[in-house]
Amino acid sequence: MSVIFLLVIIGVVVAGLFLAAFIWSVKSGQYEDSYSPSVRILFDDHKKTDHSESKSTETEKTTKE
Amino acid sequence: MGLPCIHCGEDCGRNPVMWNDKPFCCHGCKTVYQILNQSEMKQYYEIEKMPGIRVETHDVGDKYAFLDLEEVKEKLLDFSDSGRGKVTFFVPGIHCASCIWLLENLNTLHPGIIHSSVNFPKKENYITFKEDEISLRQIAELLASIHYVPEITLDSLDKDKRGKNDKTLLLKIGITGFVLMNVMFYNIPEYLPGGEFLGENFIGFFGWMSLIVSIPVVVYCSNDYFLSAIKSMKHKIISIDLPIAIGITTLFLQSAYDVISGTGIGYLDSLAGLVFFLLIGKWYQGKTYQALSFERDYKSYFPIAVTKIENNKENVILLEKLEAGDHILVRNMELIPADSVLINGDGNIDYSFVTGESLPVLKHKGESVFAGGRQVGSAIELEINKDIEQSYLTQLWNQDSTSDKSDSRLNDLVNNVSQYFTVIILSIAAAAGIFWLFNDPSVALFAFTSVLIVACPCALALTVPFSFGSTMRQFGRKGFYLKKTEVIEKLHQVTTIVFDKTGTITHSKAMKIEFVGEDLDEEMILMIKSLVRHSTHPLSAALFQNLEGENYYEVENFIEIPAMGISGNVNGIKMNVGSRKFVTGKDDKNESLKTEVYVYYKDRILGLFQMENRYREGLPEVIENLKKTNDLHLITGDNESEKANLEKLFGMDTVLRFNQSPTDKLEYIQELRKQGKSVLMIGDGLNDAGALNESDVGITIADDIYHFSPACDAILESKRFKDLDKFIKFTNTSLNIVKVSFLISFLYNIFGIYFAVTGLLTPVFAAILMPISSISVVAFATFNVSFFSTKTFKN
Repeated sequence: MSVIFLLVIIGVVVAGLFLAAFIWSVKSGQYEDSYSPSVRILFDDHKKTDHSESKSTETEKTTKE
Repeated sequence: MGLPCIHCGEDCGRNPVMWNDKPFCCHGCKTVYQILNQSEMKQYYEIEKMPGIRVETHDVGDKYAFLDLEEVKEKLLDFSDSGRGKVTFFVPGIHCASCIWLLENLNTLHPGIIHSSVNFPKKENYITFKEDEISLRQIAELLASIHYVPEITLDSLDKDKRGKNDKTLLLKIGITGFVLMNVMFYNIPEYLPGGEFLGENFIGFFGWMSLIVSIPVVVYCSNDYFLSAIKSMKHKIISIDLPIAIGITTLFLQSAYDVISGTGIGYLDSLAGLVFFLLIGKWYQGKTYQALSFERDYKSYFPIAVTKIENNKENVILLEKLEAGDHILVRNMELIPADSVLINGDGNIDYSFVTGESLPVLKHKGESVFAGGRQVGSAIELEINKDIEQSYLTQLWNQDSTSDKSDSRLNDLVNNVSQYFTVIILSIAAAAGIFWLFNDPSVALFAFTSVLIVACPCALALTVPFSFGSTMRQFGRKGFYLKKTEVIEKLHQVTTIVFDKTGTITHSKAMKIEFVGEDLDEEMILMIKSLVRHSTHPLSAALFQNLEGENYYEVENFIEIPAMGISGNVNGIKMNVGSRKFVTGKDDKNESLKTEVYVYYKDRILGLFQMENRYREGLPEVIENLKKTNDLHLITGDNESEKANLEKLFGMDTVLRFNQSPTDKLEYIQELRKQGKSVLMIGDGLNDAGALNESDVGITIADDIYHFSPACDAILESKRFKDLDKFIKFTNTSLNIVKVSFLISFLYNIFGIYFAVTGLLTPVFAAILMPISSISVVAFATFNVSFFSTKTFKN
């Protein structure tokens, strides 16, 4: 049964690590804005867009103007 | 209906601005589209449909010149080191996912920007940039060019450390949650049957572990309750925090005693649970509208810098450096920062925000102009004759500091109840202790502490945060934003309601327009519309909005004479539109008190437009409903031209006051309050600022809630004005919900106290009863508020 002592200590340490992670996340401001990260993750990397053809036709038109 | 603008979604009218076969409502929108198109940033239009913002004035000019000043830079930059700067801009235009995307990809538009990120709820944009490649001014101009106009005010220069408090609260919740989980874990053997067979050394071990991990909860997480209990004791007031502090202390001491003496494991799970719920309640209640500002003063209304004229040279200087005697240049749509004398140019000054008067006032050379007015028309030169601090407007604002509206009275419902509550609980605890002292002294102390433990008003303390917190959220969803939850209770106590007129019960822009004179055919109407289209005067804008037709004619030889009118050749026919003097040549007084615009066509005067304010939708119903329970008053800076209409609306028993200066308004509210009335003031502009501050509850009506609005307790979106009576009435409902919740938590308390006084309170019992009472009260309050609010606001 004395293994319980060990387990409890391990349990506190593990939970303590999570607490530390939580404190870090609060301090680094992750809870300040809960909306933009949720949309940010959906943005495509626009540099290598698949709209390249439509874009080139657009620029053509621009040069015509 | 024309096509919707690709950029902002607004109706483009019959003649949209076309580019690349795409319709735009204006050149501004088209320009933004072109910029984004060139930079291959068309994704902006794909994340959300028509995400853009329409901006009326496109010419930025020298608006941001002040950002080149070293002092401003120093104050505005969050950080600047080795050529890298970091700055925070408040951008009220941020409203959708596309905005976030565009603003976070600013580096594509300018390579000088290293990194840019957006805080959506605060509507803030954080930009890191290379200082040698792009200046602060250029960043602001870049943002303005894509219609995300940053708002930079004097106020924002003094950085406040908001949000810090929020962080510590979150930390406390996290720590308490950690403790709660661990302690509950150690206590599980106690909850289960057969726990007593667990070895003696285990109970001791678990007890000590619980005690050690709970220490941060008592010394750190609940310190607010102790501090506030001590503070209110000093003022000889018993607040709700006192019984909470007593409860926490007794819980901890009793548990520590149990653990140290080896008699048990204590009530530390209840303690952690209690603090956890209380903190959650606080967090729920404290979630406010971060992007809204309820505390703005004149500083956020004034510009940061002004153009000073020295030796015929224009210099941009900080507003605070402005002194009496300086000459300054005020351009179109710029604010006059201090009382001064006009020395050059034609002043056409719009005081609408200061006095409530809706039409610009004409000023000639040598006349005085007052701070807070806005020049409409060509640039004027002014000589400052009073320091900013001594200007009329500023003084009005400063007056406010004398009227202290703090909550030192503490006469709200919870604290009233808790006064009796605390006294009763303490007496019951003492009585139980004394009773057992004579019957079984070994139980006496335990019975005493048990009562204090079980009667800890957790449920009681949670009632208000959750009922009012969810009321505030419901209101927010409906366009009524409260500064804090206390406003709900104050709103409930209101007996007298004072309205401002212009902009509050009337639309600030739209007007009711009637034409008196010859019958106008479609052709003529269209010609008038074509002519007024070229003028920015508010009356022209009002006419333009109200007249039918979309195919405009060409206008030649267009001339605008400030404060007189406009003239031009439409279709080759000479037309004049403007004041009586301008069109008829007669310089006599306007007798009808209504605003009139005369029209001259070809060779004759066609007639005149009579313009009246248009009242907000639903006003009669709102008045009728509010009248049942409140005294209504109306104070306005305008003249009596609307008196008859207002009497019809409000009825004869309402006090109507005209020609009131901002100071008059303030004094009127003071007087009402002296008579013991609880006053709600509803206003919109700077002219109401003093009155809003002086009243018990001040509500500002705003077309754009992120735009400047004077300091107040609540902001109501103007399109929700028709629900005003419902909002006020709903505070009744939420207060009733609070009362019923109180009753429920009392029942729990009586039940618990019965066990406590008989000396039968066990840790398990406490650990079950206390969370159940808290959760049920919280659920009851939130559920009822949302239920009744859907019922009240369903139509």
